[in-house]
Amino acid sequence: MTEDPTATFRVEAGELLDQVEQGLLDLGHRLGDMALVNAVFRGLHTLKGSGAMFGFDALAAFTHHCESAFDRVRKGEVPATAELVSVILSARDHMAALVDGAAPQAEGDAILARLAAAVEAARGGGAPAEAAPVGAQQGVRLFFRLPADAMANGTNPLMLLDELRELGEAEVRVRTDTLPPLGALVPNECHLGWDVTLRGDITREAIEDVFIFVMDDMTLEIAPLGDAAPAGVVPVAETPPATTIAAVAPVAAPAIVASAAVSPAVENVRVPADRLDALMDRVGELVIAQSRLSQLANNRHDLLLRSVTEDIERLSGELRDTMMVLRMVPVSSLFGRFRRLIHDLARDTGKAIELQTSGETTEVDKTVIERLFDPLVHIIRNSCDHGLESPADRIAAGKSETGLVRLSAHQAGGEVLITIVDDGRGIDRERVRAKGEANGLIEPGQQIADDELLGLIFHPGFSTAAQVTNLSGRGVGMDVVKRTIESLRGAINVASEPGKGSTITLRIPLTLAIIEGLLVRVGESRYVIPLSAVEECLELSLEDDLRSRGHSLITLRDRLVPFVRLRDLFSTGTRPDPHQKIVVVATGRERVGLVVDQIIGNHQTVIKSLSAFHRGVGSFSGATILGDGNVALILDVAQLVAMAQPREETLRAAS
Amino acid sequence: MPQAKQRAEAAMAATDTSWNARGELEVLTFDIGGETLALEATMVREILDLLPETLVPGAPALVRHVVNFRGRIVPVADLRLAFAMEAGETTADSRIVVIELPIDGEPTLIGLRTDHVREVATLNAGASEEAPAVGMRWQRDYVRRLVRWRDDLIILPDLTAIFAAVLSPRS
Repeated sequence: MTEDPTATFRVEAGELLDQVEQGLLDLGHRLGDMALVNAVFRGLHTLKGSGAMFGFDALAAFTHHCESAFDRVRKGEVPATAELVSVILSARDHMAALVDGAAPQAEGDAILARLAAAVEAARGGGAPAEAAPVGAQQGVRLFFRLPADAMANGTNPLMLLDELRELGEAEVRVRTDTLPPLGALVPNECHLGWDVTLRGDITREAIEDVFIFVMDDMTLEIAPLGDAAPAGVVPVAETPPATTIAAVAPVAAPAIVASAAVSPAVENVRVPADRLDALMDRVGELVIAQSRLSQLANNRHDLLLRSVTEDIERLSGELRDTMMVLRMVPVSSLFGRFRRLIHDLARDTGKAIELQTSGETTEVDKTVIERLFDPLVHIIRNSCDHGLESPADRIAAGKSETGLVRLSAHQAGGEVLITIVDDGRGIDRERVRAKGEANGLIEPGQQIADDELLGLIFHPGFSTAAQVTNLSGRGVGMDVVKRTIESLRGAINVASEPGKGSTITLRIPLTLAIIEGLLVRVGESRYVIPLSAVEECLELSLEDDLRSRGHSLITLRDRLVPFVRLRDLFSTGTRPDPHQKIVVVATGRERVGLVVDQIIGNHQTVIKSLSAFHRGVGSFSGATILGDGNVALILDVAQLVAMAQPREETLRAAS
Repeated sequence: MPQAKQRAEAAMAATDTSWNARGELEVLTFDIGGETLALEATMVREILDLLPETLVPGAPALVRHVVNFRGRIVPVADLRLAFAMEAGETTADSRIVVIELPIDGEPTLIGLRTDHVREVATLNAGASEEAPAVGMRWQRDYVRRLVRWRDDLIILPDLTAIFAAVLSPRS
């Protein structure tokens, strides 16, 4: 498999840029936080370095300027200012464009000019942040240990020691306590640790600077040389290595221990999604083969065979569960991207907006996450643009000046609920009604349930914004959002309270790859009905069956529900079973009963797509493979419901 | 001139047959409804014994069923319908030839129901001719070339044209 190395770089750069962006957004709130400054600096530095390595020279050159500016902040020559952060944010966007290879030079120059101005302004503006010295005059004692693969990653411990020596008079001792026996020693792994005693006025920041590029994985402990230990008689060498730290810690009154990676970092491997898909397919096949094996084993009275079969059954089940989890990513990767959106929206609308997120650790299938991004952007834009009022209006309404948008996720069964809440003015029902009447969606003066009225905003071409802004209000939003969510087999719901705000709830299946379904038999074929759409199952009584010959409606709790005889729809040509069942399915408010011959049971399975020949058939959204290796088609509930609806309308009109 | 135009159109409608430099083409030959057909060997993925098939209600007659081909849902085509042949009984020789063909821009696996798979043969461009305009029982644009081979006349079907006719419109 040959991979374009620049593609790898693009992925890496994308992550670095995200990291830089998050760092900058945080820094915008906490201008004095040097850890954030360092994090941003490191991101920029790495981007510059690998950019140059992969031949992205324009990117490297541009990033270099930003890095230099940030270096001055890091060194405390210039304080971080809001303006500076904002310029670097726009520079970040320019870098992203450079990575994609489509960035006008003039734009970059303009940003650099703004950057220079921002640095100049910052320098005049405030005193540089005071770097606190760690050990007053005395000096510091530190211990560091590099990860075993440090040398393989290009870190040279000798250079680090040299840099430490440059800080002041240094005494270096090596610790060999973790050295493996010679037989087990891998020569290019680093198992040494170093105790360094530095004398002079040395700041903690200066020491951390030395380790800035290896900080994440290493162990670093810094303690001031206490008064108790007379200068020059530090008994480092005398004490057995293992007790050194214990000896140091109590001496230093405010002991600062900065071990950057106390818990071993989880290693990550980047795998192309299609390989995961291939693996998923294999696992699916294995599960099918296993269930055939189980069937065979059950027909024989061979205890040994059965016990092996049970083992394989358990293992393949576990393998499938593990496989499902592999594709799951936390929604934090999705939510994180909206902080920037809110930042920009606040700037463009002149409103003060705060974004609160919760439930970021909820995990969802990666494909679902990717396809949720655009709908969520639309919803958040709507909330900020239409929902939230201007600061003056908010104060007049007795609310705090800052508008709140809350984004939260939590898992409920096989679904994830994502809610977007704003505390704005709420949806103006009168305007929705007026607009609906103008568009002919509802009759003037027609009585309509509240949620149906709010549901009108999901109709194509619907927009209540009196004025079309560049953010939203072009009427292409919510219907697209609804379609996207439904294509993910999800549902969208809106609630709103005048003056208090709106809540939009998305219900999304955890994964698109598996489906929890109800297996039914129609004629001689078996079909799967997505369980999420199933409301209830009941028997089609003989009298209902006979009575409904002429029409296709049953009364279900005082409501007429249309039903479809799947046997007729699929022209099975078989005689109906004596005890037919009705599976009532629903999308939104619309319900339809599907008449089947037999309900076989629950069935969880991998969804397979249909070929181009069968995609347009309409009644089916996919297929799945049953335990015996046969194919069962998955019913497209939305299509079936839509198919059944017009008939209901005509019946209503006729009666 | 009109003749030349017609020929150009026919050439455009028909899928290109890629004879190699020596004017040869390696094919798999198989029987359907008493005729021998051939397809480029490079197109063939696998030859399977008959599998349990699942009917797709509402699907075009040509591709009415699907099978589970090692975890993938593969449509099964009955080419007899394209060539107006009579439906035959399945026999011990019946096989499904799985081929890969770009359909609607994506490579698609399709199973072809055959009565008997013969062999891999090398056809000669010199022994091939265009489908005659008259006197043929089959729809002309479904046939790329007719090739004489030993004592037989082999049909090189134009699968792209055959399947384009039943392709459901993209929603």
